[in-house]
Amino acid sequence: MKDDNKKSRRNFLGLGLKLGVATAAGGLAAAKVMGESHSDEEMVELMTTDGTLVQVPAEDVMEMPAKKDYNVREGYANRKFVMVIDLAKCRNALKCQDSCNKNHYITGDNAWLKIYKMQEDKDTAPYWMPMLCQHCDQPACVTVCPVDATFKRRDGIVSIDNERCIGCRFCMAACPYSTRVFNWSEPNQAFLMDGATHPAEHNADHTGHPSVKGTVDKCDFCPHMIDMGEMPHCVTSCPNDVFYFGDKYEDTVTNGSGQSVRLSKLLEDKAGYRLMDGLGTQPSVYYLPPVERTDAFEDGLENYNEFESVPKPE
Amino acid sequence: MSKYDELVEELAPRKFNKTGQIWTVFLIIVVVIGIIAYIDQIIKGQVVTDMRDYVLWGVYISNFVFFVAISFVGSLTAAVLRLTNKTWRTPLVRIAEIIAFAAIIMAGITIILDMGRPDRLYNLFIHARLQSPITWDVVIITTYIAISALILYFPLLPDLAILKKRYDENSILGKLYRWFAFNWSGSEKQWLIQKKSIQIVAILIIPVALILQTVDAWLFSTTFRIGWDSTNLGPYFIAGAMVVGVGGLISVTYILRKYYKLEKYITELHFDKLGQLLVFACLIYLYFNINEYLLPAFTAPKAETAHLNELFFGHYAYLFWFVTVGGLILPIIVLIFPKGRKPLPLFLIAILVVITSWWKRYLIVVPALLHPFLPIQGVPESWHSYFPSLHEWAIVSGTLAAALLIITILVRYLPIIPIHRTAEEQGILDTENSTKS
Repeated sequence: MKDDNKKSRRNFLGLGLKLGVATAAGGLAAAKVMGESHSDEEMVELMTTDGTLVQVPAEDVMEMPAKKDYNVREGYANRKFVMVIDLAKCRNALKCQDSCNKNHYITGDNAWLKIYKMQEDKDTAPYWMPMLCQHCDQPACVTVCPVDATFKRRDGIVSIDNERCIGCRFCMAACPYSTRVFNWSEPNQAFLMDGATHPAEHNADHTGHPSVKGTVDKCDFCPHMIDMGEMPHCVTSCPNDVFYFGDKYEDTVTNGSGQSVRLSKLLEDKAGYRLMDGLGTQPSVYYLPPVERTDAFEDGLENYNEFESVPKPE
Repeated sequence: MSKYDELVEELAPRKFNKTGQIWTVFLIIVVVIGIIAYIDQIIKGQVVTDMRDYVLWGVYISNFVFFVAISFVGSLTAAVLRLTNKTWRTPLVRIAEIIAFAAIIMAGITIILDMGRPDRLYNLFIHARLQSPITWDVVIITTYIAISALILYFPLLPDLAILKKRYDENSILGKLYRWFAFNWSGSEKQWLIQKKSIQIVAILIIPVALILQTVDAWLFSTTFRIGWDSTNLGPYFIAGAMVVGVGGLISVTYILRKYYKLEKYITELHFDKLGQLLVFACLIYLYFNINEYLLPAFTAPKAETAHLNELFFGHYAYLFWFVTVGGLILPIIVLIFPKGRKPLPLFLIAILVVITSWWKRYLIVVPALLHPFLPIQGVPESWHSYFPSLHEWAIVSGTLAAALLIITILVRYLPIIPIHRTAEEQGILDTENSTKS
């Protein structure tokens, strides 16, 4: 059943033409293209989902409105967000964490995105591992939530409705990745303290903003950035292009420098894997193993602070 | 004075003497301190606790598990002894039912104290999701509260009818007894209905109590956590609940017997029987403990080993061995001998069992949280360990005092030994005055 669904979706996407990453060409336009041939017209080059380039008359391609019927619990239609983290490039620069903290107005002591200093055993190599919500397809946190406050959207994002959360913290106990944080006291977020107005992106379309005392928070995959056609803060702030972000249905991920690559090819070429895949959580975040590293592990030690992930203003 | 009147006089609730009054006032003070601490927690947030993102559940949850556990045998013993028609149960069942009722009420309240947003409690009902173990818990706890109340209440009816005659119709107590006696006249028909009702709740409470303990265990074993992710946890919790339940029953029974001078009704035989029950429960619990700790130690995956090392030899070793030896090994050794089941030694062992059982829950909840799959990094050093804060101690003491207060109030106003049944068993039912007339 599941496979059938996947297949039919792929067929559907195969018919449709895509313009860039963000917008899908309508089925109508596709039908027209295949129906008759046009000559003497301005042609545009488009890439189909299987990676081949096709020439299409410009007038037949129309841009579909990207955001319609957006429902915060459903997410974006026909999208499936994924992230790839290349451990070979991470040198614990912490720019991702800084940017995430700043843009999510994090005031607690536990960041949504942390860089772990990892070493499985004394004889194996140490490496730096950025860790954020894995936006699992079988999220343990969602299963145990008694009030549907944390939920899985169709676009892959696991989100939290902090107006509904009762603060039982069962989701935190259930999450094997320890990525969830709790607002133990009044968050006192910067924009609230300044008396400034809400940042525009923090509206009802994006759950979890602002943080609420006594509720759970975590990495939200930055839907406010996706809204603007941009990528999450960690992706764009990374100086080493460690992060790729993209859409699994389009099989495309893009790094901070704007280079797009095929997700499947990237995972195949670099032997991508998912963290604790054996638990069956099916994360949306893939890791590329720390081989042929761009920087020495020791370079990251300088930034490493075991007891701090959210620097406090003095 | 007929023998029957004498019996009623002896078993009817009595006013507290000075000790009883001081005890009650003491409990009220502790409860009030707990309430004040809780209000402060509401205002400031749970930052007043020592819980943080890693040790996300602490003493509130372990205290909750303790209450759920102790509520178990109160009812199960009562129901099982009732159904198996063990006559020695008569002077003990009501005490057991009172403990169960007080404990399960406090369990329900305690879980709310752990919530970050108790103001949204209603979400548990209007947005309930059936797949969450917390929803199962909400359902089973409310069910258990109702059934424990009924199994306490139904057998009380004839006694309430006896008591109402002892008070002026217009006095508050007289009115209360009258109201709760529910027009009990002791007619054949009423006896039949009462007997059937008791039978139904006594049967019903057994699966419900088993489910309650199991669901409580599943709150932990439905997660991936090392130390919780175990299929053994359900029966382990049931066995543990039997231990602490019988321990609690013995403790309360001993104190009441001493305070009310009930040696005539609660004899050494009763303690001997309870002692046997406790040693039986301990042996079963020992078996599940071996399953729980020694099997992971045998296969010894890294994470399990780290967790077990903390318990056996590490930070929690003193507590672990105190709980294991004091709450399990020692009771088995002492209670195997008939001399160990004399009231005083049994009482001391029972108190030890209750205290170690409370800490046992702490050891189940807290250390497991300190061994997440990924290392604890990027958080303040104080988050790497946990010990309850003053607020937590105040609130937890408040809940324990509240449970004792409920027991104390019920003991003050209800006959702790069923009057009618005892009279019947002694064959001294006053035929003229009896409620059966």
